[in-house]
Amino acid sequence: MATLKINGETVTVDVEDDTPLLWVIREQAGLTGTKYGCGIAQCGTCTIHVDGSPVRSCVFPVGALSGSEEITTIEGLSEDASHPVQKAWAELDIPQCGYCQPGMIMAVSGMLNDNPNPSDEDIDAEITNICRCGTLARVRKGIKLAVEKS
Amino acid sequence: MADTGFLSRRGFIIGTGATGLTIGILASCTPNAGEPDAPDYSNLPPNEEVNAWVHIDHDDTVTVRIARSEMGQGTLTGLAQLVADELDCDWDKVTTEYPTPGENLARERIWRDYSTGGSQGIRGSQDYVREGAAAAKAMLIEAAANEWGVPASECTSENSIITHGPSGQTTTYGKVAGAASQLPPPLDVTVKDPSQWKIIGEAKKRLDTADKLTGKQVYGADVQLDGMRNAAIKQAPKIGATIASYDAAAISNMPGVEKVIALKNPFGEGENAVAVIADTWWHANKALEALPIEWAGGVAFSTAEFEAELDNGLTAEEAFVGNGGGDLAGAFAAADQMIEATYNMPLQNHACMEPMNTTALYTEDRCEIWCPTQNGEAALAAVSEASGLPIEQCEVYKIHLGGGFGRRAMPDYVQQSVLIAKEMPGTPVKMLWSREESMMHGFFHPTTKARVRGALDADGNLTGMHMRISGQSILATLIPQALQDGVDYATFQGLLPAGVDPRLEDQTLKYSFDNFLIDHAMRNPPVRPGFWRGVNLNQNAIYLECFMDELAHAAGRDPLEFRLAHLSDSPKAAAVLQAVADRSGWGNDDGKARGLCVMYGFGSYVAACAEVTVDDDGKLFIDKIVAATDPGHAVNPQQIEAQVEGSFVYGLSAMLYGEITYADGEVQERNFDTYNSLRLADMPEVETIIMPSGGFWGGVGEPTIAVAAPAVLNAIYAATGKRIRQLPIKDQNLRDA
Repeated sequence: MATLKINGETVTVDVEDDTPLLWVIREQAGLTGTKYGCGIAQCGTCTIHVDGSPVRSCVFPVGALSGSEEITTIEGLSEDASHPVQKAWAELDIPQCGYCQPGMIMAVSGMLNDNPNPSDEDIDAEITNICRCGTLARVRKGIKLAVEKS
Repeated sequence: MADTGFLSRRGFIIGTGATGLTIGILASCTPNAGEPDAPDYSNLPPNEEVNAWVHIDHDDTVTVRIARSEMGQGTLTGLAQLVADELDCDWDKVTTEYPTPGENLARERIWRDYSTGGSQGIRGSQDYVREGAAAAKAMLIEAAANEWGVPASECTSENSIITHGPSGQTTTYGKVAGAASQLPPPLDVTVKDPSQWKIIGEAKKRLDTADKLTGKQVYGADVQLDGMRNAAIKQAPKIGATIASYDAAAISNMPGVEKVIALKNPFGEGENAVAVIADTWWHANKALEALPIEWAGGVAFSTAEFEAELDNGLTAEEAFVGNGGGDLAGAFAAADQMIEATYNMPLQNHACMEPMNTTALYTEDRCEIWCPTQNGEAALAAVSEASGLPIEQCEVYKIHLGGGFGRRAMPDYVQQSVLIAKEMPGTPVKMLWSREESMMHGFFHPTTKARVRGALDADGNLTGMHMRISGQSILATLIPQALQDGVDYATFQGLLPAGVDPRLEDQTLKYSFDNFLIDHAMRNPPVRPGFWRGVNLNQNAIYLECFMDELAHAAGRDPLEFRLAHLSDSPKAAAVLQAVADRSGWGNDDGKARGLCVMYGFGSYVAACAEVTVDDDGKLFIDKIVAATDPGHAVNPQQIEAQVEGSFVYGLSAMLYGEITYADGEVQERNFDTYNSLRLADMPEVETIIMPSGGFWGGVGEPTIAVAAPAVLNAIYAATGKRIRQLPIKDQNLRDA
């Protein structure tokens, strides 16, 4: 049994402590915007925010949370896609298949929470998500546009 | 938009199974939401379709039926542009939906081919899709003319409005769509001349972006149905192995576990997979990992040992001829200089971001699946076969794919999901593969090697060339009936002469050589190959274009000039090559290391010029790539750019990291830690030149992949003077090569 705050709402779930937050979000909270990609924190498609910072939820056991943390998923990033990152992503038409994009958007928005004006080196170090369709060229442009919009 | 009428009804049809279950999947995207003062049409009966391709609601919403699958390549939007342009409708009111494969069957395949591959989505259906839209437009105009009692020839259409010229009367598509749907289709229609296009050729935004920014887009892995259970699956890790035993009791008390079942091999003998069904996928997979399973048999295949067979093929006496002409032996005998190089292409996984999955619901008289598939009709056939039910009692609800790249053209995972659901009649079950399963049980990019020899005369002219490809054939394993006298002509993608096979006219060699031979010694490992984004063009471009570079340097000639000398019969290939050279500053004395590549593939002419730096430690930096593509007609330039940019991620990931190896019959790379993909830090700047020359329809999603690796490999040589011929590069020190 765990009590979590997800997107501002308190949710009580009946799960084992070692259940990764990813699966709690998807299967107990029913928020499927957060995706499963690798299960070993390699691809970043499961990225969410814990207290505003990006976390790869597939290796984050729910038992490691105290319950007071603010968990934000792609569904809770903004009302009606109005977050600067979402707006930049829409303007540049970045998603292709789109499966990795919730994780990409959460990784980028989480980075900007901690570092509102990242250098290219910061971006290279922070944004290591995998996108197989290959949106990466536009992702870099999108980050810069999001910074302008913030 | 009012929550009534055809569109939303369709949404429920998509989500309504035999047992009345509903889910929140809409294959379509909602157009601009209705304004507050929008008229209320809810008291009107919904309009019927105008024809198979077009439905128009009372509020002028145009729903375009899309048979091909959207997996990121943008075909959904491009096809909608074709229809909207021909229909003269308001683009802002366009939405899309997938007609189901079952409906297609029931309507005698009115939507024709559902297969989505070979960069065929637009070019393979543009003619009948545009004709369908033109027919719908003619019916709308006729309906308006009938209402006014005027000749249809006096009416014109634009932006979803029909105008009667002489009287100035107007009406909208939404108002006449009901009457139009009752009219007989026109006997013949003429589609627009490209000079009349208004929406085709425009850089329209994708129609499927909004939900991909908010988490609302439902993928197969996200499907949730009432009462649904989740299944995790483990397939025999060793090629050809079967289950000897497993101890279900050992996990029966684990949380959520409901059932443990063995699955028969859809493609072979015996049972080769175990599935655990549980309340959640996490529970199912955790229990599966704890399940004791003994496997029996299998093939102790090793890629390291297979090298010897590939090498044997490089010099074997017997080989299938793909292309050739002239007097090669004479040219070799008279050579002033002989150049030789051997290259390789390893097995590669498609590595779609969304792991394989399907949700199935089986009852004794019906079986339905919710599925990300590149081939809805093949999936439907697989449902019928696996369920044992007549195909008319089966249905496939297609969902946008989280990547396809060819992997999701194969129906293995569909069959498995149905076999699992058959064990739980009346209960929907979602089967999701782990990343490890997806990595180990792919249909891999075939592995080949090539030995290429070239003769240069004293003036540095290429007088003869022999390319011997040794290795795996996709068709021999997957579609043996497509072999022609044993030859897999698809192996020669991009290298073929014209006139061998009408399906391969878009895969011909654009260079002109006097004396040459391109042949294939087939050497098939016991590994299932697959069509992998770009397919055989990828390695053939390396074999041809890296070797052309080697020849040019050996001849002391400029690689651009050397290539152009052999492109006199293909001015469009020469044009894209020249374009990247001009734009990139090829030949400038600026100390930059550049490499070129040009290919013709999937009906399009593509070229790239890469600019790289290799530091003193041998580490590679790909600084910039200029790419050009001539796809004939460019339906959506910004989406072509997106495909070109993405092609470098896919193609360079393969060059840098892409390698599946087997030891003792088991795949060794099981996740992204050992099967890496290009990250943002290594992504070069890409500048795309789109130069549509008109008059033909080329593909876009695949051809540019082929030029990615050769352009960079040739640039590495320019930087270091060392040739990289062994792929992937991985951690090779490029200065020690």
